[in-house]
Formats: sequence, C-alpha cells, structure tokens
Amino acid sequence: MIAEIGQYVLIAALVLAAIQAVVPLWGAARGEAGLMAVGDRTAIAQAAALLIAFAALTHGFVTSDFSLQIVFQNSHSLKPMLYKVSGVWGNHEGSMLLWVLVLALFSAAVAVFGRNLPPTLKARVLSIQAMIGFAFIAFIIFTSNPFARLSPAPLDGTGLNPLLQDPGLAFPPPLLYLGYVGFSMAFSFAIAALIEGRVDAAWGRWVRPWTLAAWTFLTGGIALGSWWAYYELGWGGWWFWDPVENASFMPWLFGTALLHSSIVVEKRDALKSWTILLAILTFSMSLLGTFLVRSGVLTSVHAFATDPERGVFILAILAIAIGGALTLFAVRAPGMKGGGLFAPVSREGALVANNMLLTLAAATVLLGTLYPLILEALSGGESRVSVGPPFFNATFGPIMVPLVLLMALGPLMAWKRGNLRTASRKLVPAAIAALLAIGVTFLAVPDGPGLAPFAMGLAAWLGAGTIAEWGGRIKLFTSSPTVSLRRLSGQPRSASGMSLAHLGLAIMIVGITGSSAWRTELVTTLSPGQTVEGAGYAVTLESVTEGRGPNYSFERGALRIEENGEFVTTMFTERRFFPVANQTTTEAGIRTTLLSDLYGVIGERGRTPETANAWTVRFFVNPLVPWIWLGALVMVFGGLLSLSDRRHRVGAPRRAANAVPTTNKPPTQPMPAPAE
Amino acid sequence: MKQISAFLAIMMLVLLAGGTPSLAVEPDEVLADPILESRAREISTELRCVVCQNQSIDDSDADIARDMRLLVRERLVAGDDDEEVVNYLVARYGDFVLLRPPFQQNTLALWLAPPIMAVVIATLAVLFYQNYQQRRLAGTGPDPLSPSDRAELDALVDRIGSTSPPNPSNRQRSRFRSEIEEGMKPLPEGDDGASQSDNANTDSSGNQRQS
Repeated sequence: MIAEIGQYVLIAALVLAAIQAVVPLWGAARGEAGLMAVGDRTAIAQAAALLIAFAALTHGFVTSDFSLQIVFQNSHSLKPMLYKVSGVWGNHEGSMLLWVLVLALFSAAVAVFGRNLPPTLKARVLSIQAMIGFAFIAFIIFTSNPFARLSPAPLDGTGLNPLLQDPGLAFPPPLLYLGYVGFSMAFSFAIAALIEGRVDAAWGRWVRPWTLAAWTFLTGGIALGSWWAYYELGWGGWWFWDPVENASFMPWLFGTALLHSSIVVEKRDALKSWTILLAILTFSMSLLGTFLVRSGVLTSVHAFATDPERGVFILAILAIAIGGALTLFAVRAPGMKGGGLFAPVSREGALVANNMLLTLAAATVLLGTLYPLILEALSGGESRVSVGPPFFNATFGPIMVPLVLLMALGPLMAWKRGNLRTASRKLVPAAIAALLAIGVTFLAVPDGPGLAPFAMGLAAWLGAGTIAEWGGRIKLFTSSPTVSLRRLSGQPRSASGMSLAHLGLAIMIVGITGSSAWRTELVTTLSPGQTVEGAGYAVTLESVTEGRGPNYSFERGALRIEENGEFVTTMFTERRFFPVANQTTTEAGIRTTLLSDLYGVIGERGRTPETANAWTVRFFVNPLVPWIWLGALVMVFGGLLSLSDRRHRVGAPRRAANAVPTTNKPPTQPMPAPAE
Repeated sequence: MKQISAFLAIMMLVLLAGGTPSLAVEPDEVLADPILESRAREISTELRCVVCQNQSIDDSDADIARDMRLLVRERLVAGDDDEEVVNYLVARYGDFVLLRPPFQQNTLALWLAPPIMAVVIATLAVLFYQNYQQRRLAGTGPDPLSPSDRAELDALVDRIGSTSPPNPSNRQRSRFRSEIEEGMKPLPEGDDGASQSDNANTDSSGNQRQS
C-alpha cells in the first residue's frame, strides 16, 4: 500500500515538473507575474512529492518488504538496520530516486530562499530545473521503477553486495549527489541568464554560493569514497583512475574552475561568457557521469548495445541538455561583452590561468575515460585499448605542477593589474620552504623515486605561500599581535575559506606523494606464533579466531607489530564471509599516526595439508597517507567556512541588490603619491 | 554476472566486478631474487588483468591475473628484459593488456590531444595578451575617460608633480598618470562610479584653481 502511494506521488512529481517547466517560462516571456509565481509552488510541491516517494521506498527497505523487487534484490532481513536504510540508495532505482530528490530540493531552496531574485530570472531557473527533473523522473518511471512489485513475494532478499555493508559506503552517495546534482543550479542559472541575455555581478553573486556548496559536498563525497576504498579493498590503494571515479572527478575539476571564474564575474564583471560555458560544462559532466555509471556502458560496451534501454534514455537526456545548452550559448554568448579590462599579470589573469589548467586537466581525464569506449564502439569491438593509471599519471600530473605553482602566486595579485615583483617578494618564504622540503626529503629518503622530493617541495611551496599570504592579510609579525588579532576577526570568511582550501591541497599533496613514493609492503605466509621481519617492523601473527557477525562469519587475525624490539601495537584484521551473497570481504587492521599508516590484512588460509594452519598475511607501511584525508577535510572545512560568509549566505540575498555596486567600487580616490 | 548497479557503481563498480576485494600477489608467487621481484612488480602495475575492469594484474586476485603474474616472473627468470616480458604478454593477449596504451595509429588522438590542447590554450593566452596590449596602447579599453575625468586627471598629475620631489622625471609623471587613470575608470554599470567621480570633479576643479 505504502509503495503504491510512492508510485502515485512519483507520477504526481512528473506532472508537477511538467507544469513547472512550462508555465514559469511562459510567464517570464509574457511578463506575467502570476504565471511566474506558479514555479515557486510547483517546486515546493515537487520536492514534497519526491520526499514522500523516497520515504515510501525507505519504508519498504526498513520493513523488508520483499514484494518490492528492488528490496528483494538488494536487501536481506538479517541486515543491520543502518544498511537496510543505506540500501535504499545502494541500487540503481533507489539512487536515481535520490538523484531527482536532491534536484527537487535544490529547486525548492531557490523557491524559498530566492525571494529577492529578479522574478523573471527565478522563474526561468526553476523552469530549467524542472526540465531536468522531468527528464529524470520520466527515466525512473519508464525504465527504472523502484516500486515494481513481485508476486508472489519472496520469503527473503538476496542481500546487498557485502562490500556495501560499511559506513564508509553508506554515506558518500548522498554527499556525492548533493555535489553532482548541486551543479545543476549553476547550469540552470547559466541557461536562465542566456535566455535573459544578461549576466551581471548580481548573477555571479547568486551562482557562487550554489557552486561552492556543490563543490564542498562533492569534495567530501569523493574523499569519503576514496577513504572507503583505502581501508576496505585490502591493499592500501585509494585512487585508481577508474572510469567511475573519473565520473565524479570531472565535475569536480570543472566545478573548481567554475568556482574561481564566478569570482571574477562577481568582483570584476569579466569572463562572463566563459563562466556561463563552464557552468554548462560542469553540469554536463555530472550528466555524463550519471550516464557512464547508470547505463552499464562501463561494464561492457557490448552489454550496453544489447540492452540499451536505460543507456539510450540517459544518452538522449544528455544530448538534449548539452546540445541545447551549447546551441543557446552559441547564439547568445557573443552578445555578452565582458566588462573590466585587466592585465595578464593580475588576480583575474591568475584565475584565468587556473581555469585554463583545470579545463585542460578535466579534458584530459575526459579523453582518457571515454577513449576506450569510443574506440570500441567505432570499431565495432575490433579495436580495444586500455587506458589506465599510467596514462593518467603521465598526463594529469604535469598539468598539476604549474597549477600548484600558480596557486601560491594568484592570491597575492591585485585585481586589474598585479605587481609581479612585490608578489614574488612575498613568496620568498615559500621558496625557502620549498627548497628546504626538497633538501630534507632528499636527505631523509635518498633511495626513493627521484621526483618525490620535488613533489614535497611543491607542497611546501603551496603551503608556505598560502600561509604567507594569509599572514600578510592579517599583518602577522609585521604589526602588533592585537592588530593582527583584530584583522583576523575582520577577515571575510570567504577569504579565510580560500586560504584553508588551498592549504588543504598542500596537505593532500604531501599525503599523495608519501603514499605513492615510499610505500613498503610485506607479503608472506604465517602460522599463529610465527614472526616475520620486513619493512622496518617485526610482524607476528598472534592468533586467528573464528566468530559470527550479524550476517557473516569471520576469521579474525591478531597481528602484533614491533619496531626495533619495541612493542608498537596489536592490530586486528578480519576476513568476513557473507553466505547470502557468497562473498568474502576483508577488514584491514590500521594503525594511524600522523606520519604513517601501518596496514595489516589477513588473507586466505592455506589449502594444502602442510599449510592448513597458515594464513597469507600482508603488511603495508603507507607513509603520510592520513594527510590525504586530512587535506580533504581542511578543503571541505574551507568550503564550509566560505559558505558561512554572510555575503554568500544563500538566505541573505536581500543585500545582494544593494551590495553589487559597492563590491565593484573602483578606488575612485586618487592614489596616494608613490613613496619612491 | 549480475551487474552491480548499486551505488558502489558511483565510486568503485569496476573494482568490485570480481566480487572480492583485491588481494593480489600471493606469497608463493614471490621470487627469491628481490631485484627480479621488484621488476616483476613494476611490470605488473602496467599490465591489465584481461577479465577485470581496469585492474592491473598487480591489484587483481582473479585467477587469470595470477597466471599472468606467474608468466611475467617466468619470463624474468628466463632472462628476458622488461620490454621483452611486456611484448611476450602483448603477443598473447593483445594491446588490451597495456594499461599505458602504446603510441600507435588507434591511440594517436589519445596521446596527441592533451599536448595539442595545451598548445591551443597557450596560444589563446598569448592572443589574449596581445589583445590586451593593443587595447591598452590604443586606449580603447571598455572604460575610456570622459572629458571631465580627463581634465581632473591632468589637474592631479600637475598637483602630484608639484608636491613630489622637484623635477619629477617624465617617466615618473607618466607612471602617476597611468596609475591614476587606472583608479579613475568608472564602473561598467556606471551609476555608482559616475556619481563618485562627479564628486571628485568638484574637488579637483578647486585644486586646479590653486595650481
């Protein structure tokens, strides 16, 4: 019964989306306030309808209603409650429902908080949002109905992939979707602006917080997902340049570029058409990612070709959305002439460089991700190549180097026209830090990969440069502490957020370098009581015990770790067997210190009689790996801090209309006579 | 194989296609000679497990990955150099095993596109710079000074010139001038900036009289 309610409200949401797509747009074209206002109500109603549908599906999972097909396929009565709930989005149908729910929630947020948007702009934004929503709700209803029933209802479910039974996988999807789908706001604002034919600083002011929010969520989601991979997959890898990872990374790269270029629109009224294009591209990447992940094309081009229903549907949405948006852009963009002139050496110039490099990086990842698919499709399966991590490392890495070098410099530049000499003077500490880092690293690990010291230097450059810029803003050490403190509290939060996010990347580079350059590992077979030495440690398999979890049985190994004869820790690692799914998973034992992770995993028991009491034991020392997620955390915190800036606050647009001229105020007072 | 259409698809579908986490190299595969073994590991990270999605044989616990790893070690022990080992596996399994695609006809676009894009972007940057120089030299920026601004500027240059150290050089003068010009550009929207420069105008006209 409840599932049928879900079905009905889902159809109602489709109808509401149709109304919302057409009426406000028509109203905006005719200038009729009554028609435009319809969008607000439908947006809220649509969000409510989808919330009910989502709640109905959640009810099905929580009560283990196996007459629902996807509950039967993806859940089991023995599953812990947390994973019954996360099972709602742990499948194709449910995750698409979450997708449209997030989209509708963003639309409703515009309807509720956007009271001070120009009414035509708001009507058009809501209309574009509804068009996307309509397409995807239709996709759900016609190809992926989450409320399909089974008759007779099976007695129990077939379970969920056991690897999903992990908190690290329960929470990233909603976060990722908030990011991924959140970029639809930038897209809708861009299309609405193209229809209006007007992009101004107020527009930039509106787009920025939405982009920032989406970016923050996406950063958190990607980081959590990679953390999950790290501790769950059992060998300490955390990024694989996998097409599915790339699907979330490409919107991140474009979104990061968009975040920076929208600052230029807001502050300087320049780069308008480029920012519009970026907004379109960013959301296009979200759509492309949805296509790649949801169509099954990654599993096999062949499988996609034989059962193309879902894939073709999303591909059609993709083609219409991207094609339509780019056509509109081609028609309208030439009419939007940029405002402020700026020198190549300036804050704007640095942001343009940022955009060029990020776009290049994103395009490279896109190429590497799609190339094998396109080649296979074009050649009819004759010609197949693999594009793996070596390709991405060889192309992506070199693009990041100039980007990071510039990151320290950019914030030191003045708007309009920067002074390279003053900026580089302020970067002297960063240069010293970089040289020190290179030297220290080289001395500490002389036999590591030759590029590693330079990567550490790069991180030190960015970290020290960012701190120096921040210190300069609050006059740290150049003025009395009270002055610094006062200036600190007077800092706009968005500026501090920027510093934090940049610092986070510096921290992350340290982690990436450490884990990829100096990882050591020990693979061996041990019986309980046996000790092996290697990787600088002595590892003893103390015992292996067996037991039962809620829906699995396990073997738990206790690994005693000693360093130079001194006890370090005893870590527990499990090998879990899930009978329902007939699958095995591993839980790594991890001991984290700030400098490194000790990572131990127990593997299979020996199969021959003489090895029957011995287990494969893997022990890794992953230096600096925690810095990767520490860095991501700092980036997310920077994003949140910046979001909390009242000038950005989503709900405080009231000031926006007045604030526009003042932020753009050029220094009209004559410059003081130069000191020299 | 049932397609895993769960969320994990978003992050990790490919890794999980085998259904089990990756626990690759088994102790019994490891070669006694540490140098050979580290070469074997190097090579393994560049070779794809042919039944897996995007996993190297170093990461995959599929049976075929194990066979391929053993093959790599067999060839190394037989005295092949790294390239010969890779060629041997390519001969057996095709280009598909190479995670770093070879530079050849069907990968031309893949390898050439990034550098070409980089060149295009660099060219755009140079064009932008030239355009900027032209606009600056021609004085046809988007915000040309109005006659009243121009008069104000002249007055200011004179004034600063007279309060600065005696006999400011021409170079210094032109620098003041360009700095002031930069600062006086009205806003694109016009409103705010215009009204402020109007105020400034009355001030500077007073100054003009003094000088």
